[in-house]
Amino acid sequence: MSFRIEIGLRRGLRDPRGEHVARLAREFLRLPVRRVVTRDVYLVADDLPKDVQRCVAREFADPVSARVAVGRLPPPPFDWLIEIGYRPGVTDNVGQTARTVLADVLDVAPDQVGPVFSATQFFVSGAGLRREHAERLARDLLANELIQTVRIHARDEWCAAPPAVELPLVRDRHAPTVRDIRLDVPDEELLRISRDGILSLSLDEMRAIRDHYRREDVRAARRAAGLPPDRPTDVELECLAQTWSEHCKHKIFAARVLYEETPGRVEVIESLFDTYIRRATEQIARRRDWLVSVFRDNAGIIRFNDRWHLAYKVETHNSPSALDPYGGAITGIVGVNRDPMGTGLGCELLANTWGYCFASPFHTGEIPAGLMHPRRIRDGVHRGVVDGGNQSGIPWARGFERFDERFLGKPLVFCGTVGRLPHVVAGRPAHVKEIRPGDVIVMAGGRIGKDGIHGATFSSEELRHESPAQAVQIGDAFTQRKLYDFLIEARDRGLYRAITDNGAGGLSSSVGELCTLSGGADLDLARAPLKYAGLDPWEILLSEAQERMTLAVPPEHLDELLDLARRRDVEATALGTFTQSGAFVVRHGDRIVGRLELDFLHHGCPRMELRARWTPPAVPPPRPLRAGPRNTALLALLGSLNIASKEWISRSYDGEVKGLSVLKPFVGRRAEVPSDATVMRIAHGSNEGFVLAEGINPYYSDLDTYAMVASVVDEAVRRAISVGGTLTHLAGLDNFCWPDPVPSATNPDAEYKMAQLVRANRALYDVTTAYGVPLISGKDSMKNDSIRGGRRISIPPTVLVSVLGRIEDVRRVVTMDFKRPGDRIAVVGLTRDELGASEFHRWLAARRGTPSAIGGRVPCPAAAAALPIYAAMEGAIRANLLHSSHTPTLGGLAVALALAAIGGDVGAVVDLAAVPAEPDLSDDARLFSESPSRYVVTAPPDRAADVEAAFRGVPFAWVGEVTDEPRLRLRTGVGREIINLPVARMRATWQRTFDRM
Amino acid sequence: MFPTDHAPFPTTSRPRVLVITGYGFNCEAESIAAWRMAGAEPIPVHFADLLADPDVLGTVRALMFIGGFSFGDHMGSGHVIASRLRHRLRPALNGYLAAGGLVLGICNGFQILVRLGLLPGLDGQYFRPLVSLATNDVGTFRNLWVRVRFEHDSPCVFTRGLPPMDLPVRHGEGKLVVPNRRILDRIEHQRLAVCRYVDSLTGEPARHYPANPNGSVNAIAGLCDPTGRVFGMMPHPEAYLYPDQHPGADRQRLDGGLPPEGLGLAIFRNAVRHLRTTAPDVAAPA
Repeated sequence: MSFRIEIGLRRGLRDPRGEHVARLAREFLRLPVRRVVTRDVYLVADDLPKDVQRCVAREFADPVSARVAVGRLPPPPFDWLIEIGYRPGVTDNVGQTARTVLADVLDVAPDQVGPVFSATQFFVSGAGLRREHAERLARDLLANELIQTVRIHARDEWCAAPPAVELPLVRDRHAPTVRDIRLDVPDEELLRISRDGILSLSLDEMRAIRDHYRREDVRAARRAAGLPPDRPTDVELECLAQTWSEHCKHKIFAARVLYEETPGRVEVIESLFDTYIRRATEQIARRRDWLVSVFRDNAGIIRFNDRWHLAYKVETHNSPSALDPYGGAITGIVGVNRDPMGTGLGCELLANTWGYCFASPFHTGEIPAGLMHPRRIRDGVHRGVVDGGNQSGIPWARGFERFDERFLGKPLVFCGTVGRLPHVVAGRPAHVKEIRPGDVIVMAGGRIGKDGIHGATFSSEELRHESPAQAVQIGDAFTQRKLYDFLIEARDRGLYRAITDNGAGGLSSSVGELCTLSGGADLDLARAPLKYAGLDPWEILLSEAQERMTLAVPPEHLDELLDLARRRDVEATALGTFTQSGAFVVRHGDRIVGRLELDFLHHGCPRMELRARWTPPAVPPPRPLRAGPRNTALLALLGSLNIASKEWISRSYDGEVKGLSVLKPFVGRRAEVPSDATVMRIAHGSNEGFVLAEGINPYYSDLDTYAMVASVVDEAVRRAISVGGTLTHLAGLDNFCWPDPVPSATNPDAEYKMAQLVRANRALYDVTTAYGVPLISGKDSMKNDSIRGGRRISIPPTVLVSVLGRIEDVRRVVTMDFKRPGDRIAVVGLTRDELGASEFHRWLAARRGTPSAIGGRVPCPAAAAALPIYAAMEGAIRANLLHSSHTPTLGGLAVALALAAIGGDVGAVVDLAAVPAEPDLSDDARLFSESPSRYVVTAPPDRAADVEAAFRGVPFAWVGEVTDEPRLRLRTGVGREIINLPVARMRATWQRTFDRM
Repeated sequence: MFPTDHAPFPTTSRPRVLVITGYGFNCEAESIAAWRMAGAEPIPVHFADLLADPDVLGTVRALMFIGGFSFGDHMGSGHVIASRLRHRLRPALNGYLAAGGLVLGICNGFQILVRLGLLPGLDGQYFRPLVSLATNDVGTFRNLWVRVRFEHDSPCVFTRGLPPMDLPVRHGEGKLVVPNRRILDRIEHQRLAVCRYVDSLTGEPARHYPANPNGSVNAIAGLCDPTGRVFGMMPHPEAYLYPDQHPGADRQRLDGGLPPEGLGLAIFRNAVRHLRTTAPDVAAPA
């Protein structure tokens, strides 16, 4: 008999979890909720005597702060009870841990006790609270019915019913089967097979597969293997679909593009990736001797010093986060951790980065059916990143948020991880993977369930109402943390020769790719450990169940590896061998269920051809403001979604674990203002370190994606330089998030989107080669559209550029806040009339009631101007001349000066007329233009001459002074002050927007 | 077994310190560095290996439970490790404590010592939980630097003579709750509330966020047992080993106030000093 345990807090103790829910229910859902009391429930599927049940219950609860009962705990006063558990088959991390405690109490191994399932109770009270209110609270705040079950009880119903012990067991008694699929069918039928199977294969691709199975040599090999000779099995077709998915194959970046910029003149581009990204890095590589591995492995690797390499990877996890913000995001962060873990022979993980693009969390309009309110997405996504990061013990180093209504359809969730790799591990170069025929395929980590099946193909689809719940995985940082510790031990003992992660596509991808190193593989799916029975072989092969790595283990080390895994509580299983047969052979027990020739698997996908047509958009500027003070405008920008303080949510994630952080994400007298970039030590006992920074600006894409990409590269670079980075030691990562550029009936402007992509790539090439900043890794997410109720919402084209660089001495870094009254303030770099798509123009356009009239000249850097500025900045910082350094980004100089003053808790007097600027520049442009390649720096008066010398030859001017009086005063020459604001007021406005959220 | 990411330190007369790792403990790198810099010989041991061979406790003179999220903080922070220790390691721990060994718990480690009942250990009775660490009043995990003060009339060997200092807190369950008033009185009376969150201007115990980051009763940030040899705290001294780790290091440098080393190191130095000046009650390793 199963039993139920309920655990509540003792009377008199606060219940912050309940208070938080009550607050959100009132403020966000506007429900008449007075009080919420929470309790934890465990359902134990084990037959135990009553006294043992009571003993188990006591061991599940804190003896001091909790009350506990087997069966039911007397309820607190309430009107509605909402009980939330997991659906069958969904990962229940807490339940799994409870099972290990149960085993400890009974003094047996965890697999000898029944499973335990967790649930949470919310006892809700409030005058006038009706059942539909409780339902809304459950649906819109507490539970995600894709993965969770919700039970709602009125008080009398609950009290009358006996305690429920209904277990969410998977009761599928389906016997595993393998189907084969006839492809000698008409084209419409091919398309139907692709669509109904969520294969996301195009007609050309389906035909290529059909033709492959017509080949006589293929048929002969299949006959020999006992496979249907003329048609694929579902295992094979699914494996091909996932290997050829946009997510894995980057078909759009590999496509032949017919690009038309001048009408009638078509330019042919063979692969954007090869032409612009790879070629740029190859050219830069001639000037940089520290590139170790680029575009090859799971993350790019650079040499840091003579002992360490660094690896960095940034991923997106957009579609899963739209369906289940918490699960999608935690999977995003622990998933990207596995990239450096699977790079070379496996990195040690040093830092995470996060960044989100959302619609406004204050959105008051209608939400299309099937989408979630952006507030809920934001809260859930960040909680997922926080739980994943905190529990893994990896500090966050950078974080950002950008807001635009077009992210309502698809939020963007960026997660990145920096890893550290010794040059040599167990006597071998650590950046090289090697596999010999006969090496054993070992899968280590979590078990396989139906989680995330079709994740790779699904993320290559636009979000539709019927998108599968299976596409959601829930990461478990704890399982992965155990796995990580085990792998580092195994690595240092030289127990494996190659490693990669199981992410998109699961085993099909990890084994399918690794086995190219030996020339084949023979994989037995029947040996894979499953979460529950009833999975078909193709599901085992494709499952994206989390926390798994695949290793190539020399046979002579297998026992030692498996023994170490056992002692570290990590499940590791030998699933087959790497071969040199030229094929990826998949069996299920005795029977071969798939055989794919590696050449066809990896090179058989036909190339796409896409048309691109560029027409510069005609976007008018907003009607200008009348001359006069700009206090209102500056306050509005400080309180705007993009610029306002994000300190509250940021500080819910540990930024200091591992003890390496030096220049932290928040700086200033009160450690409240975001730093331009962050710096960490490379290792304990060393003063060498690395810098991380990023640039992102989806808004400039509305005018020109060339300028957008050029600007974000420049932003990332100049942020790194601002704190003490050097241009010759910076590497970049590109993450493209694009609306679908492939034409279809519902996508009429695909050619324009493709042209935007071409221009973005050109900018990437031009700026990275001019700056000498090589791209070492990247990722693209190309289907960021949502179709709901016949309406397509496409995101603005977005590129995140992240940079990683070396810092000679972490004790010499410079922070952005004003330090001392009396310090002189200078502006470096030229301010131009670049207000197009700026924060100011977007604010003004909205205020004018013409929100799309954001036009004007879009900011765009010029390398010839930027490079001498960066060289001068590096010199000034090296010579220790600067007390502060800050690069203006959103909101231009005005916001930069305001934040530097807020950070220092001091004031400033600045003459805008002195700012280096192009002729006849308006005051508004001086204040708010987002011209790139600029800095606001301060220095003590006695170093003024040295500072001037350091910046000789570049646009530079002293513009004012840091003052004791905490007030920002900006004037224009002899004219009136156009900004005069107390720092306290600016700070309050800047912090109020996201107050405790 | 963990990446050796440290500069070499001299290795003469170094007391051996067991640093427990694995299962979601996260602060091994900085904790190992802290003990090394303080002159000890830290020995990282996976929790599973400790359970398999508890005799290793007889070869060390200090034992540290480090910060992290053991078992993902599922079922309450520190709950599962404490339960395992109680079920599987109680005799070995009793022997170790009776022999005069030091125990330090930081953050998750402190949560474990409290749930295990090693702290406050009133009347020398261990394994009897009397207090708890509950969810922060603000309801979420918080990472920020706070000012703490150490009570100097306490028996604690780790905190002797320490000045007030800034340290980071990084936790979601750090609010000390003492349901029984008499127990709180005894904790205070015996000077076991050795570390408090204070207002950085007045130096007095702080009641509200952010100076008191979790709402702890009497602003208590750390506890010791009556012997002074078992000590735990929520803030992280091992995260302040280098002066530049302080978020105000840029200003301290300009003002000439940058200390020569991170102030958190003093707690580890105190422990090593204590071990060097007391006879080893535990057998040295062969």
